[in-house]
Order: sequence, then C-alpha cells, then structure tokens
Amino acid sequence: MMRGEMSTLSDILEKGRPVPHHAPWARAIADADLWISAARALSEGRLILLGLWGEESSVHMALLDEAVGAIGVLSLEGLEATGYPSVAQLHRPALRLERAIRDLTGLEPQGLPDSRPWLDHGRWDRRYPLGEREVALPEVSPYAFLRAEGEGLHQIPVGPVHAGIIEPGHFRFTANGETVVRLEERLGYVHKGTEALMAGADLIRGAQLAGRVSGDSTVAYAYAFSQAVEAALGLVVPPRASWLRALMAELERLANHLGDIGAICNDAAFPLMLAHCGMLRERVLRAADAAFGHRLMRDRIVPGGITSDLNGDGAAGLRDLLADIRRRFPALVELYDNTTSLQDRTVGTGRLRAGLAREYGAGGYVGRASGRGFDARQATRYPPYDSLVVDVPVLNDGDVNARVWIRIREVERSLSLIEQILDRLPVGPILDAIPSVGERREGMALIEGFRGDILVWLRLAPEGRIERCHLRDPSWFQWPLLEAAIEGNIVADFPLCNKSFNCSYSGHDL
Amino acid sequence: MRKLLFESLIRRPLTEPRPPVSDAAMAELAEAIERSARRRLGRSLSIRAVDAGSCNGCELEMHALSNVFYDIERFGLRFVASPRHADVLLVTGPVTRNMAQALERTYIATPDPKWVVALGDCGRDGGCFAGSYAVLGGVSKVVPVDLHIPGCPPSPMDILKGLLGLLDGVNGEGRVS
Repeated sequence: MMRGEMSTLSDILEKGRPVPHHAPWARAIADADLWISAARALSEGRLILLGLWGEESSVHMALLDEAVGAIGVLSLEGLEATGYPSVAQLHRPALRLERAIRDLTGLEPQGLPDSRPWLDHGRWDRRYPLGEREVALPEVSPYAFLRAEGEGLHQIPVGPVHAGIIEPGHFRFTANGETVVRLEERLGYVHKGTEALMAGADLIRGAQLAGRVSGDSTVAYAYAFSQAVEAALGLVVPPRASWLRALMAELERLANHLGDIGAICNDAAFPLMLAHCGMLRERVLRAADAAFGHRLMRDRIVPGGITSDLNGDGAAGLRDLLADIRRRFPALVELYDNTTSLQDRTVGTGRLRAGLAREYGAGGYVGRASGRGFDARQATRYPPYDSLVVDVPVLNDGDVNARVWIRIREVERSLSLIEQILDRLPVGPILDAIPSVGERREGMALIEGFRGDILVWLRLAPEGRIERCHLRDPSWFQWPLLEAAIEGNIVADFPLCNKSFNCSYSGHDL
Repeated sequence: MRKLLFESLIRRPLTEPRPPVSDAAMAELAEAIERSARRRLGRSLSIRAVDAGSCNGCELEMHALSNVFYDIERFGLRFVASPRHADVLLVTGPVTRNMAQALERTYIATPDPKWVVALGDCGRDGGCFAGSYAVLGGVSKVVPVDLHIPGCPPSPMDILKGLLGLLDGVNGEGRVS
C-alpha cells in the first residue's frame, strides 16, 4: 500500500492502540465500538475475515483488505466472562468461529444468534480448555439440529463413521424425495485439543503439532508455523531453505490435486480416472520420499529452515517426475473433458454462487472456481514466490466441473513452479539457529496450502516457548459453503460435491 | 478414452509383481493369506476403516493401498463400507473423546470373529496428542487391539507388513500385540 493512502483496514487499525512486537502485519487493540465497526465493514464486504480466535480474556480478528492487499489484526483485551460483541450477528461467516471461541474460552459472543456448542460435544473432562475457568461439566444433551418443515420432507442422518476411508463428521440431510432441501453439518469429532497442547510447548514440538493439524497439508502447516515464528523473532531463513520449502509445498499441492481429481471422477462412477491419477499421485509421493526422506514430507520444515537437503539424485528424480506427469496428464485431461457421462455428473452440480464465496472469503479452488482469485502466494508474495511466476487460475461457474478445472490448471502451474525452483535453487546452508530475543513477541503467517490459505498466529514468551498458537484451516470458510452448494441437488450427488470441496475435518476440528 | 484403454491392453501393468521369495514382506503376506486367512475367513479379509481422530495422514496411505502399485485387493484384502461386512477394524487416531462412543458402537456392530488393528503412532498411545483433555490416548483405551502398526503415517508397505502380523495372530488364535 502507498504511504498516506487511506484504506478501510488502515483506517480501523489507526483508531486502535498499536501493539508492539507483532510482525509482519500490524495488530491494534480496539474498544467495543471499533470492534463493531470492523464487523460492519466485514458485513458490507469492505473487508474479508481471515480468522477469529480467543484467549482467556481476549479475542482477535485477522482482517484482509483485498482492495489494497493489506492484512492486520484487531483485538479486544481484558474481557470478562460476559464476553464481547459478536461479529457473527453482523457477519455470518464468523458464526462457527464464535461458537468455537465460546467452547474453548468461555467468552460469550454477545448477540450471537446461535447458542449451541460447536467443538464441545460435552465429552471432554473439562470445559473452556483455553479459558481456565472452573466450571461444572454440563449434562450431555442431544444436539438440536435446525428444523426444516414441510410436506413430504424426511431426514437422512449420515456419520460420524462414513462408508469410505474418510474422516468423521455428521451430515444431517433434509430431503424431499431425492432433492436436498437442507444440509446441516455437525463437526468437532476429531477435536484433539491441539491449541491447548501448543501452550507452553517448545518450538520443535510446536512444529511437530502444526504438521499434524491436517495430514494432507503437513508441509503447508509446518511452513506456516515456522514462518510465523520467524516473523515474531525477525529471523530470515537461508535462501536455499526458503526455496526448498516452496518446492515441498508445490509437491504437496501436486499430490493432493492429482489424488482428488481422480477421486472426484471416481465419485461420479468413472474409476478409470482414479486409477490413472492415483498412479501419478503415488509417483509424486515416491519422488518426495526419495528427495526428502518422507512420502508426505512431514517434519521437514522447522523454525529456522528445513531438516533435509535435496541432493543431486533427489533433484534428478523430481525432473523425471515432471517429465512423466507432463507426458501422461494431458491425455487424462482430455479424457475428463470428452467423457459425456462424466461431464453429465460434474457440470452444473453443486454450484456455489460467487457472492457467497466472496462473503466467506473462500480460499483455494473453492473460491477460485467461484470467481474469487485470492491466493496467498500471489497476494502476500512471501519468499521465494516473490521471485517466481505465480499465475492464479480463476473460473466463474462455481460447479463441480469448475473446481475440477481449477485443480487441473493448478497441477500445470505447480509443475511449472517446481521446474522454476529446480532451475534456480540457490546453494548454501538450510538451517539457522533460533535467536533468543528475551522479550515477548508475536508473529503471523498466511501460507497457501493446496486447499487454500492457512493462517497461523502465535505469541512467544521471552524465553522462546509458545504462549498461544492459533491455526486456522481454510476449511472454516469452506464447510459452510458446502451446505449452500448442495441445496437443490440430489442426495446421490453429495459425495461428488463433498469431494470437490474436500474440506479438512481434522484441520477444522483441530 | 479408447486410446488410453488400448494402451492399457498392450502396456505392461504397473502393479508391482508379487515379489520373489526374497522380498519377505509381500511374499509372506501373500503366503500367509493362502494358509491362515482362507482357513478362517475363506478367500478374503474385509477391512472397515475407522478414523477415531487422526490427522488424515494415515487415511492417505490407506487410500494408496488401492492404487495400481499396491493393488491390495489382489490379496483378497478389501475395504468395505459397513462394519457389519467387516472382519477387521483398521482404526486410526489418538481416539478423541468426541469419537470414543462412535468407535465403540462400530466395534459392537462388527460381527465375530473380528480383529482390531491400530494404525499409526497416535493409535498406539495417542502419539503427540497424548495428555490432551480431548483425547483418550490410543485405540486400546476403547476397544481390544490385536495389532499395532507404527509410523507417522505408516507407508502402504508398512501397512501390508502389519497385516501379515495380524494374519499370523489369526492363525495362532491369540492376540499378537
């Protein structure tokens, strides 16, 4: 942003009290009025909500001003159990985040139009695990699903244990014959208390936990966590480490997109694509294993750099992989595009309106297939993407077909990025020591995983341990949109729609 | 599509061949299924996957077992859609408190004889999530476990090797872990 230029975000942050030692973006402490005016800016579409999370006596919201590409955090501090003014009463994408804040901290979002718990199913051995308030455990009562009434409506409960090899969650369909009238999701089944485990952990354990928030995005999460730590400490990692991080991130994106393109087609009863795409995915994982010593490249990115260097054999294996995928993938794209029985299932199915994608700040292929071109690699240009050509595909149809095409295009883009990285990989060390700064620091990072932008915010104690770490999966803003996209579709198309979104249960439940 | 299908006819399959006897894991697995599973279970072993709080890493490698390289079904091992069709529950995750009841019910819904395999480091003792207010810390806290397959996540080959151990257990009538 140009100096002196006013924007919605800078205007709001300037009215608050700036917080020192928060990097790379500003954080300001607000009063209730300023907090509400930010919520109003969100509801009017002038800002995008990037995250909303709580601590024992404070709440924070991360905001994006897309018009000028600026990011910042607004906080309310010194809160009592009576809580804070709800953001969701004005801006509905905050709804589940605020229900989660209440479950985890006990802070009441005043005016929140939904009093039901979200992550807390009444089965933990305590309440408000991040709030440390002593309260009795509640009776376990049945979850009150929203009602849909009318002649001929029936309900179909699905999950938490599903028919395939997928994560647990509950879907409550209300249908009229074959047509879905309402879908309501109930999540939280895989809540592991990761953020409570983060509190007091050292950085090594922090990176390990971050890499286990969502297994399919283990690289992206470790990347985001490490970058947030480095932002807090003012540490610049060696160039080779930075480039190899991006290489791993693109391999992860490639593997996930290839696997999912096949799986979506399989859910449309076309297993030939799954067989071929599954073969390509396996080759990516094997090349990653040969290059970095782990098929999913888990625990390779740590604060300060990376733990596993790329040698000549590994690089040669990756070049062979690129050639192999470039030789085989175009025929699969053609097969997808020219198979009418497959197109019949994907075109026009599960349409997500552009307005909703924008309102929710939907990231990744969900946003990009519905006209929202946000990509953290392009928007914040964190290294090494500041010196790479990042080209973001955008479509407007918003259906399953568009989400498949975004992934196809991103496979091609990732191949190009991997090639650019291999061509220009700097030499040098891959890991720096973590400096001791002796004061409390806060850091933040926004990293583009295959599913969308992952936000990590953390505060480090003076001796370097983690005081609080919040990790926000892109799925938080995609799960609610799946409910909207399935409306009016037939029940049998739900697996197809669900797979085309492929939201993370574990990343969301945390 | 015709070209792709035609190529598949003339090209050698990618499925990695049943390994020579020297490749202990795969060969023993194939052989063990010949001997033990057929006697107890006929020609196949039906596996029901249950995610009891995993990060989804284990699920990714479970999926890989079905790709053309591993092609798990050629050994008579297959994933089924309901616990009522299953001989084996393949359970992942540290077992979150929110999933404990669902896991228990899935176990009860599985007909005897049945075996439980805990997959991954979390399934053994909660892994890096052990001690959290939200997890019980291992599959054996909720249902009896016949075999643990370690790894974070275990590779597809590790999972195949692990199933060999289970089949030995099935043969020997005892719990193997």
